[in-house]
Amino acid sequence: MSIDTETARRVAKLARIKVEDDALPALASEFSAILGFIEQLNEVDVDGVEPMTSVTPQRLKRRADVVTDGDQQEAVLKNAPDAREGFFAVPKVVE
Amino acid sequence: MSDLTKLTIAQARDAMRKGDTSSAEITSACLTAIAGADALGAFVHHTPEIAQAQAAAADTRIKAGDAPDMCGIPLGIKDLFCTKGVPSQAASRILEGFKPEYESTVTTQLFDAGAVMLGKLNMDEFAMGSSNETSVYGNAVNPWRRGNDDTALTPGGSSGGSASAVAADLCLAATGTDTGGSIRQPAAFVGITGMKPTYGRVSRWGIVAFASSLDQAGPMTKDVRDAAIMLKAMAGHDPLDSTSADLPVPDFEAALTGDIRGKAIGIPKEYHMDGMPEEIEQLWADGTAMLKDAGAKIVDITLPHTKYALPAYYVIAPAEASSNLARYDGVRFGHRAKLAQGDGITEMYEKTRAEGFGPEVQRRVMVGTYVLSAGFYDAYYNRARRVRALIKQDFEKVFADGIDAILTPATPSAAFGLGEMTDADPIQMYLNDVFTVTVNLAGLPGIAVPTGQDKQGLPLGLQLIGRPWEEGELLNVAYNLEQSAGFVAKPAKWW
Repeated sequence: MSIDTETARRVAKLARIKVEDDALPALASEFSAILGFIEQLNEVDVDGVEPMTSVTPQRLKRRADVVTDGDQQEAVLKNAPDAREGFFAVPKVVE
Repeated sequence: MSDLTKLTIAQARDAMRKGDTSSAEITSACLTAIAGADALGAFVHHTPEIAQAQAAAADTRIKAGDAPDMCGIPLGIKDLFCTKGVPSQAASRILEGFKPEYESTVTTQLFDAGAVMLGKLNMDEFAMGSSNETSVYGNAVNPWRRGNDDTALTPGGSSGGSASAVAADLCLAATGTDTGGSIRQPAAFVGITGMKPTYGRVSRWGIVAFASSLDQAGPMTKDVRDAAIMLKAMAGHDPLDSTSADLPVPDFEAALTGDIRGKAIGIPKEYHMDGMPEEIEQLWADGTAMLKDAGAKIVDITLPHTKYALPAYYVIAPAEASSNLARYDGVRFGHRAKLAQGDGITEMYEKTRAEGFGPEVQRRVMVGTYVLSAGFYDAYYNRARRVRALIKQDFEKVFADGIDAILTPATPSAAFGLGEMTDADPIQMYLNDVFTVTVNLAGLPGIAVPTGQDKQGLPLGLQLIGRPWEEGELLNVAYNLEQSAGFVAKPAKWW
């Protein structure tokens, strides 16, 4: 399957990665090559096969619904690029 | 004692217990070796103060007779492991300056057992790569060279720094992680032992996630016995990782009897790839003969969906990566782009991720985004997960037929030159994992053992694949192969 520049632009947008216009054609051609490789999977008969969710059949363990951690505001914010007054700070989201 | 850095874990353990040397001495020898090995690009963050303090504490424990096997052993830690207060960047610009407030379960267990951290090791960015060339720190370099040719070779990837450091005797062993071959391929490229345990054997908590259904940490060591010792210290159930198995951890070292008489070793016909170098075919045939001579039964087997493992992997791994890497948004940790007047939060995300992720990571995140997007989810992602189920069934069938372990080449070639693959399309690089990736998709344990050298003197390795949770038996077959192959070559020091 061939990926066009518009699709490459849309995928970059969905992935929230800024790609300059002049880089889109090369990106589209790389996607096309990778998807062409992936398309070998269409040769496989997968009728009646369930998609794998876990390599080891297991039920996830349960635990009591109680607070086990907390009061770590300082540690949580320690690596933030911009933290103010106990919060993560970001550009204005609401006009 | 001389050459303290060349000791295996087992030798160092025994020598320290006898009082012939101390952790402080071995650690100091390693720190000196590291300081003289910048040209290898293996260690990217140095932690000599932590190492010396841990070594002193270990020596106290050893003197008191309270010394687990890993006590006092100096290790390198792959940069993918979060280590409290020490930069943990996954070799990415987007985690520049990130110092975790917590310690990964694996490093916690190793340090609780008395192990010593010398520093953090180079790798491909977010473990995405097979040559360590996608790292923000620059290349890690293989200590091996092609005869007298001084071309710099790759140590493989993604655990390239770990491989280089262990092969060059900068540390006694190192942690690695393996999503599609990232422990076994670099181990084979530098002539050391590398093991990926069964999925769920080792906790993933505190390891920067790439593809969560495939990622598994394991030991990279100088021999098979060391892999057994170190795996025991790394493994075990962890309530913080819901996929970690609540199973007892056996004494893997005790499983190393070397007796493999009557064991059935499968040789899968699909691993004879077109265009595979004669040397690899020969290496594989030699390894098969060694196991046969040791009394194993050699059985031709078929794993019919092998051909589809790489394409399935290159749907599933990028899909999971696109989801896991969504957290790098410039808000909570790491890099945030400088914003222009009027930029809002979307521009912040887009610019941050464009600046912070390198080209291979961007490519995989976007491929993952595409295969998960509306209209393509079934055609790509669900189809790949169905093929993955078939790949796992292939293995289940041969194990049900009585196969104890499977022998294959570890890599399709010896280490290649840094930069040699730059102009190739990404798929050429992906082919490095052709023999290893099936093991991740099926969640099985696999180990790479050095068994020979190519015409130019570069190490070559074979891979053994075992039944789930049977790492002890797998290590024992590997131990036998190691003894028969007698690989003892070391790279000549040029750095």
